[in-house]
Amino acid sequence: MIPAEFDYVRADSVDGALGALAEGGEDAKLLAGGHSLLPLMKLRLAVPTVLVDIGGLDELRGVERENGGWRVGALTTHATLQDTDELGVVARAASLIADQQVRNRGTIGGSLAHGDPASDLPGVLLAFDGSVTARSGGGEREIAAADLFQDYLTTSLGADEVITTVNMPALEGYGWGYEKFTRRAEDWAMVGVVALVKASGGGCEDVRIGLTHMGPTPLRATAAEDALRGGPLDAERIAAAAEHAADGTEPPGDANATPDYKRHLARVLTRRALESAAAGAA
Amino acid sequence: MSSAVSVHVSVNGEAREAEVDPRLLLVHWLRDELGLTGTHVGCDTTNCGACTVHLNGESVKSCTVLAVQADGAEVTTIEGMSGPDGLHPLQAAFREKHGLQCGFCTPGMIMAAADLLNRNPDPTEEEVRHGLEGNLCRCTGYHNIVQAVLTAAESEVRA
Ligand SMILES: Cc1cc2nc3c(=O)[nH]c(=O)nc-3n(C[C@H](O)[C@H](O)[C@H](O)COP(=O)(O)OP(=O)(O)OC[C@H]3O[C@@H](n4cnc5c(N)ncnc54)[C@H](O)[C@@H]3O)c2cc1C
Ligand code: FES
Ligand code: FES
Repeated sequence: MIPAEFDYVRADSVDGALGALAEGGEDAKLLAGGHSLLPLMKLRLAVPTVLVDIGGLDELRGVERENGGWRVGALTTHATLQDTDELGVVARAASLIADQQVRNRGTIGGSLAHGDPASDLPGVLLAFDGSVTARSGGGEREIAAADLFQDYLTTSLGADEVITTVNMPALEGYGWGYEKFTRRAEDWAMVGVVALVKASGGGCEDVRIGLTHMGPTPLRATAAEDALRGGPLDAERIAAAAEHAADGTEPPGDANATPDYKRHLARVLTRRALESAAAGAA
Repeated sequence: MSSAVSVHVSVNGEAREAEVDPRLLLVHWLRDELGLTGTHVGCDTTNCGACTVHLNGESVKSCTVLAVQADGAEVTTIEGMSGPDGLHPLQAAFREKHGLQCGFCTPGMIMAAADLLNRNPDPTEEEVRHGLEGNLCRCTGYHNIVQAVLTAAESEVRA
């Protein structure tokens, strides 16, 4: 399978990429790792007329600790995240994306910009209350994760914007858990759950739960969070809170799972993720 | 036609230059233009790993990389694995442990396994299985492939 013809521009700076995007018009697209875009182009489901390759922009690569948070360059690959143990659940989630070959190419910025609710990192960013920094000809803005994911494969990024950095609070002292259920190795999540828990004096001071593939965007399991936050952190309360993990969700059914089965998975995986997170927070 | 783009790539240590159509996939450049047909196309949909090569030392599925994205990079294919002393330890171990039947998946398996051992020189069996998730084999049932990778790791670790 061969993509339709397109013109190719190799960007040598973010400004250069922005200029090429503007010049390319509405059918110009950024190319990062290419592991979401090229498969779509080979199937002719995407037919951009111009590709602006930002893959060579080393200034958009790397993981830095700054002001109590993490700043991750948009072009940082899943493989780099996987190897950065200090990132905790982010490293763990990245290590479960597809396979090593895909992780060597795919980037965090591409994954977030693509906005696939079955992808691993969007749910993680949402649980962290993280954000992306995006640059356009008009300047720079920060978009909170809660505002970024709008619908299936749809984000609030403008066609003229480039994500430069992904920002996450460090969440010191939080325990974490990550559960991803797939039918085959290498697959996208049927359902995925990320849980972050902060404990104090045997109680649950804070909890965040992100859900993957339970709707057209990643979601927070707010009912389960509310059921756990502020009370004792024990197995019984975790199990009771996890029963609310699928409240209000309308997950898409597919060849692998009916919506009801996905709700069941969300409850079971949330319990497991919370148990790991609570153990790590203690 | 869209305008051709020039690429400079080191392939198995040899400098190569070409003017390519931007939509040319790396695997097609390697196979059809450079004649390096050891790299196979199994699925064409980024699933099977038969097309795995190394790009700057890391395994990638060359059916999902544009030749233009390899500009300035070093590419290693299965043809570049054996050295003056003969087979690469992984190749020798695949032979010794009968890690192949039809052999179609083997070049990709070896390139993926080489990345795996670069990242983790002394893996457990489970780590080998996880590390090869991107490569499908229709023949062997994987058991002897895993044994071969573990054998290669042992010979390298001992060496
Ligand atoms: C076989 C296979 C299995 C996979 N399994 C999983 C999985 O289990 N979990 C998972 O999470 N993902 C999975 N993926 C997707 C993979 O993680 C992709 O690499 C990732 O989603 C996209 O990153 P990329 O750098 O390749 O983006 P690209 O494909 O280059 O780009 C994707 C989109 O984002 C835009 N874009 C890219 N970078 C930027 C930027 N900096 N600013 C603005 N827009 C940008 C592009 O224009 C394009 O529209 C899988 C992919 C394959 C091929
Ligand atoms: S041919 Fe590239 S992954 Fe199957
Ligand atoms: S040996 Fe035949 S596909 Fe693996």
